Amino acid sequence: MSIRTWLGCMAVLCVGALTSGCQTVKPYDYTNFHAHPPRSILVLPPLNESTAIEGTYGYLTTVTRPVAERGYYVFPVAVVDQFMKDNGLPTANEMQEAPLAKVAEITGADAVLFLDLKQYGAHYQVLSSVVTVEVFAKLVDTRTGILLWQGHGVAQQGSGGSGNILGDLISAAITQALNKHTDRAHQVSRLANANLFFPEETGLPYGPYSPKYDKAH
Amino acid sequence: MIRAVLVLGAGLALAGCAAPQSRYEWGSYEEVVYASYLSHEDVPAEKQVELLEKDYQVARSANRRMPPGWHAHLGYLYYQVGRGDQARQELMTEKAEFPESAVFMDRLLANVKKP
Repeated sequence: MSIRTWLGCMAVLCVGALTSGCQTVKPYDYTNFHAHPPRSILVLPPLNESTAIEGTYGYLTTVTRPVAERGYYVFPVAVVDQFMKDNGLPTANEMQEAPLAKVAEITGADAVLFLDLKQYGAHYQVLSSVVTVEVFAKLVDTRTGILLWQGHGVAQQGSGGSGNILGDLISAAITQALNKHTDRAHQVSRLANANLFFPEETGLPYGPYSPKYDKAH
Repeated sequence: MIRAVLVLGAGLALAGCAAPQSRYEWGSYEEVVYASYLSHEDVPAEKQVELLEKDYQVARSANRRMPPGWHAHLGYLYYQVGRGDQARQELMTEKAEFPESAVFMDRLLANVKKP
């Protein structure tokens, strides 16, 4: 075995070890969820702890699809946001602090999804940038206030170098310019959401509009 | 404008990839909602309405459902551009398609006064 082949094998083994390391996650305890299974979910704008102001809506506008595809009725996020603003709750913090009973009375939602955006955006290095989106989620029953489910989603997308220093410097400048326009973090949010909602043992269980909904619970 | 077009384009490309597994016609819904938070000169409300109406035609010809919240959002846009009758119609469609929305839709309908 040549040195090169050996290194290649080690690299593959390392990647394998890393991937399997990710899979040893403790299954979530869904007892509370199955005791109060929701049909409808109200998604409030996230608390934004990232350094990017645009993260609030750049992230919020990626949450409807995964939750709806999971099988729930998802209230129209922008309409809810505007309704709350018109009714004396101008910020995400104030919306998230509104009494649950009041939210249930106004919207009829079975559960509220509270989101906490920890990271949203790019870290620039000399030759590349890494876009990270990280979010924590809590689903709370509006009638009892019981925590039904919580999860954590994170995703990163990097742009690496090619080994050609001059070419890399030029393409890094172009990539940074493009990033400003396309808001890559908005797209990376979808990956973070897949990691948050879709894992079978820790994600959001299937809801009544899904053919995989478990009626036994 | 360039930004908005790129954002919409990226969204459409993603939507295209995921379309076969979806139970709803997503079209450009989430990107239109995102655009509504960006500068209004980029994608004015009339343009947002136009994009959603186009998606609805696609859905009808393919006999597919619009996602939860979609009709309510279109109703909200119609209201913004002064098309009250259509706004009410969309809010009622949302309620008919998804009974879970009834409480909220009734509240919005009470706000969208008849001319």
